[in-house]
Amino acid sequence: MNTTVADMHPPAPPVFYTREEVHHNGTLLGFWIYLMSDLFIFASLFACNAVLGTNYAGGPTASEVFDLPGLAINTALLLVSSVTFGFAMLEMARQRKRAMLIWLAVSGLLAAAFVGLEIHEFATMIAEGATPERSAFLSSFFTLVGTHGLHVTVGVIWLIVLMVQLGQFGLTEANIRRLRCLSMFWHFLDLVWVGVFSYVYLVGVLR
Amino acid sequence: MDHRSEIWNFLLGNLSLKVLPLHNTLEDRILQVTFAVVAISGLAIFGWVTVKRRWGYLWREWFTTVDHKKLGIMYMILATVMLLRGFTDAIMMRIQQATAFGANMGYLPPTHYDQIFTAHGAIMIFFVAMAYIVGLMNYVMPTQIGARDVAFPFLNNLSFWLTVSGVMLFMTSLFVGSFSRAGWLGYPPVSEYQLGSGVDYYIWGLQLSGLGTLLTGINFVVTILKMRAPGMSLMKMPMFTWTSLCTSGLIVVTFPILTAALFLLSLDRYVGTHFFTNDLGGNVMMYINLIWIWGHPEVYILILPLFGVFSEIVATFSGKRLFGYSSMVYATVSIMILSYLVWLHHFFTMGSGPDVNSFFALTTMMISIPTGVKIFNWLFTMYRGRVRFDVPMLWTMGFLFTFTIGGMTGVMLSVAPADFLLHNSLFLVAHFHNVIIGGVVFGVFAGINYWFPKAFGFQLDPFWGKASFWFWQIGFWVAFGPLYVLGLMGVTRRLSHFEDPSLQIWFVIAAFGAFLILLGILSFLMQLYVSIRHRERYAVGHDPWGGRTLEWSTSSPPPPYNFAFTPVVRERDAWTDMKEHGYVRPRDGFQPIHMPKNSATGVWIGLLGFAFGFGMTWYIWWLAVASFVGIVAVAIGHTFNYHREETIPAEDVKQFEHTGNWKPAGEGASA
Amino acid sequence: MPANRLRGLVLIPLFIALAGCKAVLLDPSGDVARQQSDVMTASVAIMALIIVPVLVAIAVIAWRYRASNRDARYEPEWDHSSQLELAVWAVPLLIIIALGAITWIGTHQLDPYQPLNRVVDGKSIDTNVRPLEIEVVSLDWKWLFFYPQYGIATVNDVAAPVDVPIHFKLTSSRMMNSFFVPALVGQIYTMAGMQTELNAVINKPGVYRGFSANYSGIGFTDMRFRFQGLTRKGFQDWISRARAGGKTLSLAAYRKLASPSRNVPAAYFAAYAPDLYQRILNTCTQPGQVCKDKMMAQDARRNQWGPSARHSSPRPAAQQPLTSVHEVPAH
Repeated sequence: MNTTVADMHPPAPPVFYTREEVHHNGTLLGFWIYLMSDLFIFASLFACNAVLGTNYAGGPTASEVFDLPGLAINTALLLVSSVTFGFAMLEMARQRKRAMLIWLAVSGLLAAAFVGLEIHEFATMIAEGATPERSAFLSSFFTLVGTHGLHVTVGVIWLIVLMVQLGQFGLTEANIRRLRCLSMFWHFLDLVWVGVFSYVYLVGVLR
Repeated sequence: MDHRSEIWNFLLGNLSLKVLPLHNTLEDRILQVTFAVVAISGLAIFGWVTVKRRWGYLWREWFTTVDHKKLGIMYMILATVMLLRGFTDAIMMRIQQATAFGANMGYLPPTHYDQIFTAHGAIMIFFVAMAYIVGLMNYVMPTQIGARDVAFPFLNNLSFWLTVSGVMLFMTSLFVGSFSRAGWLGYPPVSEYQLGSGVDYYIWGLQLSGLGTLLTGINFVVTILKMRAPGMSLMKMPMFTWTSLCTSGLIVVTFPILTAALFLLSLDRYVGTHFFTNDLGGNVMMYINLIWIWGHPEVYILILPLFGVFSEIVATFSGKRLFGYSSMVYATVSIMILSYLVWLHHFFTMGSGPDVNSFFALTTMMISIPTGVKIFNWLFTMYRGRVRFDVPMLWTMGFLFTFTIGGMTGVMLSVAPADFLLHNSLFLVAHFHNVIIGGVVFGVFAGINYWFPKAFGFQLDPFWGKASFWFWQIGFWVAFGPLYVLGLMGVTRRLSHFEDPSLQIWFVIAAFGAFLILLGILSFLMQLYVSIRHRERYAVGHDPWGGRTLEWSTSSPPPPYNFAFTPVVRERDAWTDMKEHGYVRPRDGFQPIHMPKNSATGVWIGLLGFAFGFGMTWYIWWLAVASFVGIVAVAIGHTFNYHREETIPAEDVKQFEHTGNWKPAGEGASA
Repeated sequence: MPANRLRGLVLIPLFIALAGCKAVLLDPSGDVARQQSDVMTASVAIMALIIVPVLVAIAVIAWRYRASNRDARYEPEWDHSSQLELAVWAVPLLIIIALGAITWIGTHQLDPYQPLNRVVDGKSIDTNVRPLEIEVVSLDWKWLFFYPQYGIATVNDVAAPVDVPIHFKLTSSRMMNSFFVPALVGQIYTMAGMQTELNAVINKPGVYRGFSANYSGIGFTDMRFRFQGLTRKGFQDWISRARAGGKTLSLAAYRKLASPSRNVPAAYFAAYAPDLYQRILNTCTQPGQVCKDKMMAQDARRNQWGPSARHSSPRPAAQQPLTSVHEVPAH
């Protein structure tokens, strides 16, 4: 029956366009891809550490310069800041701007403390003569850990700017998107740090 | 100048009058003449724009634009200018090698010659080939997927200006100080221990433009994944879009490694670390591994989009669907993956042992399988077709012959035992020019001739197009055939002087070939000039070649928004499908269209990036710090701008849709 | 090798092009280079099986299906054929399997670190003959050769008796170079602080070109040396002549020699400072430098001080104070 009807009425030409405005936002995907590419920078630095990490060149060795207890505090700070950032995101989802800003501030302070401790660690090592110029091992150590620290610093600056913008313009669509990006960045740096402390520090003193 | 005061040292860093080419040597005389030519032509352009009062137009419509089409055109212009620079280097090398025999030391001392081969390689790869493919992808890819722009239009503008800042650093090195003498990849220990500004210019030029390229890669991946027209599944994407996706993906996973390698090299040079030094535990081969983990995929980054161009052209000019589309897609993806696993074939002679060498030799050879598949599929696309030999198709034919032979010599080099003989020889030089000229350059010219009418509404003159093709094609073989022979005679590369007079004839022939290629380039410029001059005569409709993909469905040139209504795709060759099934162009019901607004941020960051690179190169720390802080401030300031869209009113859309160039093919009417 | 016969067919155009010029890579004088060259020509022969038909097919198909030829079939919708697609994947795959097999075998047989097992095709190594040891150092920008079995050193001139296996050990003083005598054997990199090896044999007496095949700075162009294949007698004479000058390459003389210079004429030393090659390899030719091998051994012991479960044995170097290691001068 249907076929007869179709035979009698030739099908209308197919629709080749849509009159609706098609909207895309690729920011989160794009930022995620950026993080993956950043991972390749870290991968290169890890590779350097893997190859050069035992080239002490007569200088201090890993077990002589690493302060593992201090490292535990450092690691805890960064991991906790990831948790508090998670709380901020939960508050964002509940549209509670004030609580969210407080959690963000806590995360920022923890990360700043992390950077501060790292600078202190670097300063101590340099004072002891364990400078980046001393050996390939130290070059790769300072560069990898320093690059991570630099990322955290950028994250803190970004956080401050974003907090200003959140205060000024509120939880707009654009700001929520930015916050999600920063959140990804934050957790990404945490993950990288897990790699840094387990490979550079722990494996470093063992090998 | 030796005893200048502290304040001058602070202000000028390592800069002094001594680094300017003001000496009475042949080397400096050459530079002075070059500078005069550049300065006079620069002043002429500047004066012309000023007299014609076009600065405002250029600023509003071009410099600050976020339109992917205009950025694409600017990339193509940049690449063409740099092609002239890189080719000048090539001619200078050919003349040196053709004359410097025995007692004749040639006109270039090694200090100058070595800069030239370094600049030639780096410029041709980074600022010619890369700029051309990014330009082509920018222009064509969004229109092929039915999008109105790329995913991040502002980033696209920023990428362009970062590339320009790298170009400016490279060009500045011509007249202020010297350029790197460490080869196009800056191998340590040469780059490590070379004093002076050269390697630093190289590092910062590449860091800036590399960042731009990385952003482009991210931008295009997101554009292709997120912004395809409804109905266009991955397996319905045009081949060029597929290859753009694979290239962009490769950019994302490799350029960070280049950034890291150059970053570590700069730490060695500035801070005194020991990554690639000879002493205190550094390892030269670490750099060479890293740079080739980027460098080998890089050559596939360059060639893949051109494989896409050829696929579009072969199908269009055979009047036939592309043969074996799925095979083509799988081949492209396998090339993309394999290209990441072959880097060590660039240094089999490091002594890494037979197992390692065999592994990398075999992965390298495996790439020739998908590449061979592509050649066969183009062949079968022509089979039972109606092949029209217009200029884009001529370039494609030239590519098929030249690239096949280049591919063969490439596989010869991948045979590890043979590579111990051929490594670093002129045979190698001939091989990579064979694939880069035969593949990338031919592809770029094919693409320019193919899409030029889309971008401007008129065709490029076929006579000069054919002249350019034949000069390039014949010139290539005359220039590089002798290098193959010399390579088999055991002549290595990068030599500025020879003892054995029996080699000279081959170098003379090669120099003659280079002049034929020069005629090819001049014919191309002539082609542009003639076509622009008589653009009414060359005017064509919006679909002059009988195209098969969506870019041909819109006007030539396309409106700023590309498509008044987003196309809905049913078939792989969407435009052919539309033409065959009674597509009627909508004439009314237009709606306002939201488009991204122009932004000057990219220009400022580009300029500040140049200042930063210059400050770092010359140890002018205040300049480096100030411009770095400036970049951060401009970037943060940019994030406070929440109003990045503007609306094109429905009446404007309607007006354009009624007055645009919608003539059918071949009718010859002005836009 | 059957490839030898095929070569004549496949490389005809190449041979025409090369007639009258010395394509040393196609006709080398050393057995290893000869085998490497054979692998190269064999690979060309295998690839020609597919490349030549493809080149012909490109021309034939393009001409046959030109738009003006209305006799040719036109099938605009024909875009798939399972058999053809299977073939376009399978044929290159088969070629690559053949080529891969040759490469795998060739790479292992011709591994430059592998001692030779023949002097020339059909003539195995005389078990009484010890390989000639030559230690090679690339300096900026000249070549230094040590003959530990003869106690002599030479600059930019190296010789070996024909049909005697040569074992090269190579390093560099500063820049990375590539040691290459095309007629003798494929090249190998020379890198500062690292050692590479090369085994070779020369079969025909003669004077051959040697040079650096990796760019190493402004003097790179002039980094040429002479490689001589000599008879046993000629080689003994060459050694005696090198000794006749009576010069000694002391550590101080080496430091002078190693400073950058271009276009250096050949030079001969009757004797050289003990362990000079080892010192160059371990970057300890400057006063006060600790040799790399010693330093690395010490480093490895010192790091065992760490809280490692793997190292339960006594750690002799554990008590070494941190300050002592800092006394090692950096440069």
